[in-house]
Amino acid sequence: MTEFTPVAGAVGGVLIGLSAALGYLALGKVTGISGIIGRGLTGAFGHQNWGLWFLIGLIVTPWVVHQIAPSEHGFQAPGTAAVIAAGLLVGYGTRMGSGCTSGHGICGMARVSVRSIVATMIFVGAGVVTVAVMRHVFGVFG
Amino acid sequence: MIAVFALVMGVLFGAGLYVAGMTNPAKVQGFLDISGAWDPSLIFVMAAGIPVAWVGYQLMKRRGHTLTTMPMLEIPQGVVDRPLVVGSVLFGAGWGIGGFCPGPGVASLLLEPATAGVFVIAMIAGMLIHDRKGKTANA
Repeated sequence: MTEFTPVAGAVGGVLIGLSAALGYLALGKVTGISGIIGRGLTGAFGHQNWGLWFLIGLIVTPWVVHQIAPSEHGFQAPGTAAVIAAGLLVGYGTRMGSGCTSGHGICGMARVSVRSIVATMIFVGAGVVTVAVMRHVFGVFG
Repeated sequence: MIAVFALVMGVLFGAGLYVAGMTNPAKVQGFLDISGAWDPSLIFVMAAGIPVAWVGYQLMKRRGHTLTTMPMLEIPQGVVDRPLVVGSVLFGAGWGIGGFCPGPGVASLLLEPATAGVFVIAMIAGMLIHDRKGKTANA
């Protein structure tokens, strides 16, 4: 069970929103992480390899912030088998559905894309059902 | 300039995920657990992030061009098709099982290399399986 942290959530949301806003305004791109990684796998990081620069910032910054001002959120993950199954589903599903929480959930919602609104409702719904079945039907993770 | 903007975007995004607590899979699962010990914090992430992103999109459209030499985004309003629906169901199921979506998975690589590393490798495998299947189907 995790603590309700609305202020941290909103501050984090503004930072993520600024990133997505810059993606549109500066690069004319959707800041969608599954898309950046998926295209990167074919060696296509875009003009001046912008996707690679983005990923470097994304990977290094949380570690740097953690050294300077560690958050109270902590880290608690399910077992290895669950993490592998999750990764396979997330990778396959985001490629098939053309986006994830960032591309559809933030960027697509911001430009009022019908596809993104539908995708977001579906993946949040599927996540809710999955956690409910795991926790309350099969009793996984207490 | 393009590389600088992209790096700044990555820094902002990574900091945002960490500050919001999205790099903790248990917090994401707590958000999805509406019938149990629900932690609605992540609603605030979307509620704050979407309007800010909206402003950026509107500014781009109003200017008619970007701040760099890159062309303005043009995505036609597409239709809701089967791959979008099925893909989103699979993604949502994986998101619930692991508590990771692609951004937090990658953003946790240096913080929790063992767990996030396994997730990211499996995610890349899932992406490659999908892309390979598509290639075969198109051939």
